[in-house]
Amino acid sequence: MSKQESTFKVISATLLLCLVCSVLVSVTAVSLKTRQDANKQLEMEKNILAVSDLVEDPENLTRDQVVSIAKKSLTPRLIELKTGQIYTGDDLNVATYDFKNALKDDQLSDVLPQNQDPASIKRKEHYAKVYLVHDEKGDLKTLILPVRGYGLWSTLYGFLALEHDLETIRGLTFYEQQETPGLGGEVDNPRWKKQWKGKHIFDQEGRLSIQVVKGTVQLDTAKAKHQVDGISGATLTSRGVNNLINFWLGPQAFGPFLFNLKQEKRKS
Amino acid sequence: MSDSTKTLILSPVFSNNPITLQILGICSALAVTTTMSTSLVMAASVAVVTALSSMFISMLRHHIPSSIRIIAQMAIIASLVIVVDQILRAYAFSVSKQLSVFVGLIITNCIVMGRAEGFAMSNPPVASFWDGIGNGLGYGVILIIVAFFRELLGSGKILGLTLLDTVSNGGWYVPNGLMLLAPSAFFIIGLLIWGLRTIYINQCETPEYVIANQTKLMQ
Repeated sequence: MSKQESTFKVISATLLLCLVCSVLVSVTAVSLKTRQDANKQLEMEKNILAVSDLVEDPENLTRDQVVSIAKKSLTPRLIELKTGQIYTGDDLNVATYDFKNALKDDQLSDVLPQNQDPASIKRKEHYAKVYLVHDEKGDLKTLILPVRGYGLWSTLYGFLALEHDLETIRGLTFYEQQETPGLGGEVDNPRWKKQWKGKHIFDQEGRLSIQVVKGTVQLDTAKAKHQVDGISGATLTSRGVNNLINFWLGPQAFGPFLFNLKQEKRKS
Repeated sequence: MSDSTKTLILSPVFSNNPITLQILGICSALAVTTTMSTSLVMAASVAVVTALSSMFISMLRHHIPSSIRIIAQMAIIASLVIVVDQILRAYAFSVSKQLSVFVGLIITNCIVMGRAEGFAMSNPPVASFWDGIGNGLGYGVILIIVAFFRELLGSGKILGLTLLDTVSNGGWYVPNGLMLLAPSAFFIIGLLIWGLRTIYINQCETPEYVIANQTKLMQ
């Protein structure tokens, strides 16, 4: 065995190389984190603008434009999920509230037992940040709800926008997901997202009824307006999207809030 | 710049191109060439990774035990690719979203490994660096040529600027849908190889066997 090939040499060379490489990678990752987070934040805001139809193509907007449009047209509100009431306290700041931080805080979130967790989110925050869009007269035009749930490989984070009747979907979008590109990743495909528009979330009896079906929706059936085509080759991602929409619109999440809003509307 | 450096950089561009002659790196050449902008970023990323990995591997070539040399090369290449990916995510977010997994897949791009094993392990760092740049350029040139035709014929645009007004936008040009799909790159790369081998006749491989004359066999 030559000197270069001794066991000691092999192990020390490997260790040294791994050490140098890992330092290089971690230094880059840590030093660029703030910038990457800012990009992600902007991406999220662009998604809110896109899902609410406020602008046609948010991709071409600069950071300042996005911020100014969001400031002008979006009203963020914190909702207490359990009661469905708008949060009016002073402890939480609507502008800076981030559910990802709340999930790390036992005061602000709870562990979801497995049998009550169809979307596999593990923890649920007590307060959720929704966005309201008002028309010129000050009436609610669009309601934007944050949704999330597990697909095949990753948690999908997105927004669901409802029309002013609180029954019709205006749009669905995901701003963060790591599903297989070309298969589950097609949740990002504008053509697939477009079919959500105009679907009804409640049936005639007022029960939650929205579903991602396997294959294509039979358009001549009565159920068609509650159904969306699944993505071919991505059964688990489609199922994940189905579960997460049903969870977030259901009694455990935004159900009470939607109920309250509707009562209010009926009164006025 | 000395003559040898010039050859190191220029020879992989046409006379010894990694894609058309060595047929390496075809996978990503099919995947990222639907638009010019993604191709340019991909070409730059591959050139940076190939150059730097070749340089580092060449610096360490006397210290890397040969029994673990491939895995050591992979570790260096993978680290550099992650660094490039992180930089893209911070400074070119929308492009990095379009490139998605393909930046990560530079790790498995045969050109990078090929140059590390074939050149950098037996040449000094500076020469390896230029060799990496040259091969990255050779890869990039083909990518850009392919992307030029695919973007122009597939969506009527060059770098996002509309040149041919498509029917869906009220123009006259009916876009060629095939150009937006990966197989079209095969046609373009095939035509390029044909063109290059017509100019550089020495690139043509000698046939492995000649079919015998049938009439003679029959007799």
